[in-house]
Amino acid sequence: MAQELTGTLKNIKDTGAITLGFRDSSIPFSYLDDNQKPIGYAMDICYKIVDAVKKELKLDKLEVKLNPVTSSTRIPLLANGTIDLECGSTTNNTERQKQISYTNTHFLTASRYVTKKASKINSIDELKGKSVVSTAGTTNIKQLTEANAARSLNINIIPAKDHAEAFLMVETDRAVAFVMDDILLASLVAGSKGPGDYVISKDAFSKPEPYGIMLRKDDPAFKKVVDAATAALYTGGEGQKIYDKWFTQKIPPKGLNLNTPISAELKNEFAKPSDSPDPDSYK
Amino acid sequence: MNYNWNWHIFFEPNPTGAGTYLDLLVSGLWLTIKTALLAWVIALIFGTIIGILRSLPSKTVSWIGFAYVEFFRNMPLLVQLFLWFFVLPELLPRTAGLWLKQLPNAPFWTAAIGVGLFMSARVAVQLAAGIASLPRGQKQAATALGLTTTQGYRYVLLPMAFRIIMPPLTSEFLNTVKNTSVAITIGLIELTGQARAMQEFSFQVFEAFTAATIMYLAINIIVVTGMRFLERSLAIPGYITGK
Repeated sequence: MAQELTGTLKNIKDTGAITLGFRDSSIPFSYLDDNQKPIGYAMDICYKIVDAVKKELKLDKLEVKLNPVTSSTRIPLLANGTIDLECGSTTNNTERQKQISYTNTHFLTASRYVTKKASKINSIDELKGKSVVSTAGTTNIKQLTEANAARSLNINIIPAKDHAEAFLMVETDRAVAFVMDDILLASLVAGSKGPGDYVISKDAFSKPEPYGIMLRKDDPAFKKVVDAATAALYTGGEGQKIYDKWFTQKIPPKGLNLNTPISAELKNEFAKPSDSPDPDSYK
Repeated sequence: MNYNWNWHIFFEPNPTGAGTYLDLLVSGLWLTIKTALLAWVIALIFGTIIGILRSLPSKTVSWIGFAYVEFFRNMPLLVQLFLWFFVLPELLPRTAGLWLKQLPNAPFWTAAIGVGLFMSARVAVQLAAGIASLPRGQKQAATALGLTTTQGYRYVLLPMAFRIIMPPLTSEFLNTVKNTSVAITIGLIELTGQARAMQEFSFQVFEAFTAATIMYLAINIIVVTGMRFLERSLAIPGYITGK
């Protein structure tokens, strides 16, 4: 006898539709191409999850609706049922897990800084006494604040509204460095006027932190399907292919190449998928 | 809705290491108040000067007042702050621009001045209308008393006009408070900015913005009450605001 469907799965079966939340400028995870159509690494993974859901529910047709989200709207829209999955670059941490669930980690990123080559800064300690920008409300600005206190660097920390503005601060010499997830820095540099003028630090402010696709909490049936789908994707080698497509090759719309081959940590994660929020569990 | 309400979040430590989430919001509240007060002082000073210019008989002078008002009134505040903060330093000579960029608390000064000038155009229009609404006899009486134009404005026209426009000034003051929220776009982490930071850290978005709303409401109630009091003590019997 078939099990009674509940929660999101029931809803998808009843309506014949699943809604994905996407970001408009989170390159290369989830962003708009020339035709205003959301594409990206996280979108590709979400479409694989959609396929698995369709198979699980034995549907002939499953409509995929797309709904834009921002960092302010992603939680309300997930909670009120507007979106079923958030396909972006959302850091998975314990505090946020009180509010939502994540499926298996699709990316690992560490907090580093970007500077102009001309400013010749080679380590975190050389930021001493300088103006450094980071984006307000991120885990990165928190790590910068902590490092500043712990190493008594006397850095003037400037909070910026978003990543684009923070990068603009470095571009216009308002700040010497911008502390952010390394992959976001790579995409900002690749998209800047002079990608050759910038350098991303070797020094990191943190251990690699996991990114996850978000889904509603307390829906174990749906989570099981989603987790199984992502686990199969990563262990089967297809995950690596999707990764290479977005991180080591030219991507639309401008043909940028982020030149970021898969890290050893993410390779291990793909071999043993997990949704752990703990950076120490990714080695 | 599948949302995990947590009103205790305000008393949990925030990740910056400095106190609780409530402390985060309160520090944003102070910044909002400081920005709004400085902006309001700037708006009153410049608004008064331009308002007077607009009411003077000289064509050139009143054209300057007109140009000023239209410049500041017709561009969205968001765009103005962006221009002040990002574009202006690029137009200046390199050293001056760099000095401006590296000024400590640059977003605060830019926001206060930017919001202040934006609001000054509105104050100027209110004041010019207030002066225009005075009976012609007031100006003539001042002249007849032997007062110069400056003295006429100082002792007769301005005191009357300001009393008349008290109620609309109250609402301009409230707008100044609310308009400071635009300053997050240039990196001033005031009340709205801190509410956003709180929701980013904790994902408790509704609690964060409920608290911010209540705080804005509280400031506005204080402003309204204070201005009511001021209106009443300044009211002239027989005039719009008098009893």
